Amino acid sequence: MAKQVLQGTLDLMVLRTLETMGPQHGFGLAKRILQVSQGLLDLNQGTLYPALLRLEQRGWIKWRWATSDNNRRAKMYELTARGRKQIAREAASWERTVSVMDRFLRHPARSEK
Amino acid sequence: MVRRLLGVFRRRRLDRELAGELEFHLEQLEAEHRARGLSPDAARRAARLDIGGVAQVTEEYRDRQRIPLLDTAWRNLRFAIRSLARTPGVTAAVAITLALGIGANAAIFAVVNGVLLKPLPFPDADALVAVNHGMTGTADELPSAPYLYFTYREENRTLDGIGLWRIRAANITGRDRPEQVRALYVTSEILPVLGINPLLGRRFSQQDDSPNAPPTVLLTYGYWQRRFGGDPSIVGGTLVVDGRAQDVIGIMPRGFSFLDNQVDVIAPFQLDRSQVTLGRYVFPSLARLRAGVTLAEASADITRMVPLALARFPPPPGYTRDRFAARPVTPRLMPLKDTVVGGVGGMLWVVMGALALLLLIACANVANLLLVRTEARQRELAIRAALGASRARIAGELLAESVLLALIGAALGLWLAHQALQAVRAFGPENLPRIGEITIDPLVLLFTLVLSLLSGILFGLLPILRYANPKLAIALRTGGRTMSDSPDRHRARALLVTIQVAIALVLLVSSGLMLRTFQALSHVDPGFVRPEEVQLARITIPFGDVPEPERATRMQQDILSRLSAVPGVVSAAFADIAPLDPANGGSDTVLFVDGRTYAPGQARPLRRFEFISPRLFQTLGTPIVAGRDLAWADLYDKRLVALVSENLARDEWQSAAAALGKRVRASPADPWREVVGVVGNVHDNGMHLDAPRIAYFPSLMDRFWGTPTLSFQSATFVIRSSRAGTEGFLHDLQAAVRAVNSNLPVAEARTLHDAYEKSMAGTSFTLVLLAMAGGMGLLLGAIGIYGVIAYVVSQRAGEIGVRLALGAQPGQVRRQFVREGLMLTAAGVAAGLVAAAVLTRVMSSLLFGTSSLDPLTYSLTTLVLILVALAAAYLPARRASRNDPVEALRAG
Repeated sequence: MAKQVLQGTLDLMVLRTLETMGPQHGFGLAKRILQVSQGLLDLNQGTLYPALLRLEQRGWIKWRWATSDNNRRAKMYELTARGRKQIAREAASWERTVSVMDRFLRHPARSEK
Repeated sequence: MVRRLLGVFRRRRLDRELAGELEFHLEQLEAEHRARGLSPDAARRAARLDIGGVAQVTEEYRDRQRIPLLDTAWRNLRFAIRSLARTPGVTAAVAITLALGIGANAAIFAVVNGVLLKPLPFPDADALVAVNHGMTGTADELPSAPYLYFTYREENRTLDGIGLWRIRAANITGRDRPEQVRALYVTSEILPVLGINPLLGRRFSQQDDSPNAPPTVLLTYGYWQRRFGGDPSIVGGTLVVDGRAQDVIGIMPRGFSFLDNQVDVIAPFQLDRSQVTLGRYVFPSLARLRAGVTLAEASADITRMVPLALARFPPPPGYTRDRFAARPVTPRLMPLKDTVVGGVGGMLWVVMGALALLLLIACANVANLLLVRTEARQRELAIRAALGASRARIAGELLAESVLLALIGAALGLWLAHQALQAVRAFGPENLPRIGEITIDPLVLLFTLVLSLLSGILFGLLPILRYANPKLAIALRTGGRTMSDSPDRHRARALLVTIQVAIALVLLVSSGLMLRTFQALSHVDPGFVRPEEVQLARITIPFGDVPEPERATRMQQDILSRLSAVPGVVSAAFADIAPLDPANGGSDTVLFVDGRTYAPGQARPLRRFEFISPRLFQTLGTPIVAGRDLAWADLYDKRLVALVSENLARDEWQSAAAALGKRVRASPADPWREVVGVVGNVHDNGMHLDAPRIAYFPSLMDRFWGTPTLSFQSATFVIRSSRAGTEGFLHDLQAAVRAVNSNLPVAEARTLHDAYEKSMAGTSFTLVLLAMAGGMGLLLGAIGIYGVIAYVVSQRAGEIGVRLALGAQPGQVRRQFVREGLMLTAAGVAAGLVAAAVLTRVMSSLLFGTSSLDPLTYSLTTLVLILVALAAAYLPARRASRNDPVEALRAG
């Protein structure tokens, strides 16, 4: 899979990861997304951190300083209530997109004569 | 959005946060690689490879944090600060020039705002109107009258209340020392109409205002503080006003000001409706319009009520109703604010216009300085453009500099304006209304901000237009050796200087015209001599103490003889009111002349009446043109005599001599009085107005205006002495008065010269401000000329060197540059003369004894301007002619 990901999909991936894992720092998020995508999606930090900032600016996630497992100060991101709603919205729209794309791929439109 | 806005300013913190986060990320990666068995060094390298370019991440992160436009503005601003700090001299010169220009405009706008624009300090003040009246055939405005007031009160359909008021002097006695105060008499509606409640106690009820009710009084805050130290227990106590004990029912709030009048106590009129007759137009009136009612509707309503009023009340004794019906009044309503502000609007707008022009000159000067400064940076700008800086970016930076300069100027200017306003409050003309309401409020701040931004853009535009898009080749080349100034560069500065000279001339002409006006006013013969030697003071004998008119007059005569005995006193007299007292206006009335008839509806001219003691004219220095002065016997024997001013005599009988022996009276119910003297005219309304026609009567008379005996117990004493106006003299006067009656206060002490100056205060205030604007304009214009010529000389040093080396005479070189300066000046003068002829027309209402096209003013100011321009051009020209050719060629 290409390293370039659609912006909307990355947002959803981050939100969804935070939903399933609970509060997480940036490194953990990147690692988790790599795992879930089975090594296909190795997020460039230049993509991840601006995305986190964007989500924060939209009020979907928030962060605080916390201490990590190895006793280091790190920014822990977590979902906000608005973020949870956004997941529901985006997931629905994504599923619609997938099913539409699916139809196109399986039953390509034929020209009518 | 807010976060992003903040992001513009919190760049450092956000960068730090990101750096921390990335570092954590790096360490985690490193730890993983180590766990997979790499050596620490290899692990670190691998981690760095994984994380990629930190700089790009940071840049992208920053872009998300902030708004590019604001970010640019912020960057431009910091760039501008650094750039301005590099040339502190130019920056300071520009900031000071702008501070003067902007500060002057901010100050005058604060005055205009406080005096003309702000509503009066009453709730919903726009609904307040003054109800005056006109009368067929007279231009003068009459105040209201009791018979009209009662009718309007009872019959109106458009008003939320209407009341009468009047201010006069009152004596306060029964305390440690007697004192004369300013008393405001009102009907019970006045305070509710204004919407003002007392701070303590209550307002007047209708009961308080009815005849024979127990007398009541309200104190103003200032008087309460001054006299009773703010003791609240005075409410409920009594105060003896004009010999009558009155209950103090309340204290007015601190900010209360009655239409700019100084007031100490407020008392109800207690008018008796059953005694009211037609006439008596001596009470100003104010009303509040009902919500939604226009001035025109209220006027129509009042016009409707005038006939009702004429039918409802009886004529006074000796008059017929027909006489009043033949000349009915017509209402003249106007917003209450206009009556308070009066005629100062024109003066303030003219001054404001002049200062706006001054700011334009300042902007032109600053633009010129910036042009030179930007030119010096031309190479820098060209190189940056060559390296890829966009035109917009360079323009933005230049504009940021100008705007920053303007804002610095505005900040300094506001400080200057604050100082100037304190000076205006301390030294401004005393007849400038609402002077206490002049402050730097948010509107003034906004005005100053907008003004400074506009000027910043105005003077910033020129350098931008010329240099933001540098023609690289030219800029880079001319950075090298040149022999001569390019005409192209010179043109913009020459145009600026021409504009400066033109505006400076307009300012000089307008201040010159004011100077001519002031001169003309000073040459008016006021009708009295050496006013600085004439002491004025008001002394009131309370009616409560001395009810008999004859006894009061005897007491006044006693006071006069005591005053005459004070060392240094040449002569003393009294009159009901002193010359040039502003209270004189508006009380003029009809004088009946024996043998003169008027057709019904034809206007009788209004005359001024004054009630005087003997020797008044001698004391003032007013000549007796024909006949004789009054004698004390005229007063005590109630002789039927009168004096008239010379202009009145000429109006009625063609000459002063012909007036003697003619007969006049104040009402048809009075006996005729014989004119026994004619005296010189006195410019009682101020030097800029015609001397009013005055009839003088003894201050003690029988059967005048239908009154059995008339006397004036409150009188202004007029004392001529070389010691007038000194503390010691006033002290002696008080002692002399106390010797007659220890209960009499001496009030309103001033010299006639004070009153004389006050009558010209508007003119001198305008003159001083315009002269200051003109002087500064001239100075800035001269600096502009000097700057341009000096620059040209420095640019052409090489050329001059060559010419001198080839044998040109220094005089020739000098003349060449002076001529260049004069060419600029001539163009500016030509434009300025035309502009002045057009613009000064707006100030014609402020002029006296001179036209707005006065040739002398125009030629003199032009001459002054040309001389100054010559000097400004000569200095650099002389330097040019002294160039050492060798030196110049080497440096060039």
